[in-house]
Amino acid sequence: MLTVTRKMGRFGLKKELRLGRMGVFLGKSFFYLLTPPLKLRLLLKQIDFIGYQSLPIIFLTGAFTGMVLAFQGFLSLSRVGSEAFLGPLVGVALITEMGPVISALMVTGRAGSSITAEIGIMRNSEQIDAIKLMGLNPYRYLVVPNLLAMMLCLPLLAAIFDVVGIYGGYLIGGKLLGLSSGTYFGEMAAQVDYKDILNGLFKSLNFGVIIAWICCFKGYYTGIFTGQGAKGVSQSTTQAVVMACVLILVWDYFLTSTRLFS
Amino acid sequence: MIEVESLYKSFDGVQVLKGVSFKVGQGEVLALIGRSGYGKSVLLKHLAGLLKPDQGRVLLDGRAIGSLQGRALAQLRARLGFLFQGGALFDSMTLFDNVAFPLREKTKKNEREIEERVLYELNEVDLIGSENKFPAQVSGGMQKRVALARALIQEPEMMLFDEPTTGLDPLTGQTILKLIDACHQRLKFTGIIVTHEIPRIFAIVDRVALLHDGLIQFEGTPDDIRGSRDPLVKEFLEGNK
Repeated sequence: MLTVTRKMGRFGLKKELRLGRMGVFLGKSFFYLLTPPLKLRLLLKQIDFIGYQSLPIIFLTGAFTGMVLAFQGFLSLSRVGSEAFLGPLVGVALITEMGPVISALMVTGRAGSSITAEIGIMRNSEQIDAIKLMGLNPYRYLVVPNLLAMMLCLPLLAAIFDVVGIYGGYLIGGKLLGLSSGTYFGEMAAQVDYKDILNGLFKSLNFGVIIAWICCFKGYYTGIFTGQGAKGVSQSTTQAVVMACVLILVWDYFLTSTRLFS
Repeated sequence: MIEVESLYKSFDGVQVLKGVSFKVGQGEVLALIGRSGYGKSVLLKHLAGLLKPDQGRVLLDGRAIGSLQGRALAQLRARLGFLFQGGALFDSMTLFDNVAFPLREKTKKNEREIEERVLYELNEVDLIGSENKFPAQVSGGMQKRVALARALIQEPEMMLFDEPTTGLDPLTGQTILKLIDACHQRLKFTGIIVTHEIPRIFAIVDRVALLHDGLIQFEGTPDDIRGSRDPLVKEFLEGNK
């Protein structure tokens, strides 16, 4: 019985230590983000990688999400004779929920996993130690550019996702199912509030922080909280993607329930 | 000067270092030998402040590296060079950029000055002509030489070498040892070389220390170790014949 209690206690302490490290990691990341010097070249490289190179997947998923929303929405609304509200339905759903969440999940899978793997390999091959031994701060090279790039790119990607999704919805609602463009866009303009847009963009900003935080943390502590070598990198990458996706959805619930801009 | 005072370290209940103490005088080079997996690299990482000891301390020029943080730690580390076992080159950068990295990030030299300095160091390690290649495109020996050039570009006062010849053929290994010796003659750094290169290492070091079972079991000049009657030392040397 005592052994079981001890084991449980040890497990609890381990988890607590890890959570504490995660908190400290986030705090340090923001501290170095807010204090110079900023590695501008690395920031631009990460904006290209996280933002520009994610555009094809954002266009594709945005278009199909809007099209599916329009299809399902039209079928549901036609049962109660309210097809005219298809535009607001697609618009509000995309701007406040689907846009920020799906774009964040896509970026986690595409860029977040790659960030974890890259930093994890750098940890394994002692490149992070090499940076430290040059008297330099690894956070400024590996974490801050990713954090800032995520915070800048995620809201923009979500906005693009929204616009493409709305046009995808119009293709189905307007061109395929016969709703006029005036009804689709007119009702949308009347019903969608600028606060919805602010809430959506604020969510994206939060998700950007979550992705950078989790993915950089998991990479940085490869071999410490996970196994060594290639297996350690693969474990870290899997854990980063799963944890970031779950946290995005959980945090989305809290942000939706509080609605900061209302 | 490098001083290690009663250093203890354990991992998951396994005691790796059990009170290691030794000194390396100014400008001296010490070879740290011992069986694989007996804590030589762990000891070296303590000297660089990459690991924190459970007990004891490491003094670099009188300053305890384990108690330093932030800028003070960075300043002390700037005086220290470290050659990693695997080179630890940045694989996304060319060899030139790897060597130039510390100068670009830590000095206010302009690009022309940096280029001059980097080409000088690459010439010293006989790598002129390969500067635009990436680490993955060159051999292990070349990677070690680039790592050496990068470690030395800031002319450190103290150098730590973690098995600089591991994984290299005997000729390349000999070249690396000669390079280390030449760099020591040029820069007069205080150095510690963790190595299995016995007896070749004796030609380029001032003293030798044998780490075994978590303690320094022998310390002396290369001649002392050759003449030692200690069964452990004899067994170790004969095992390397």
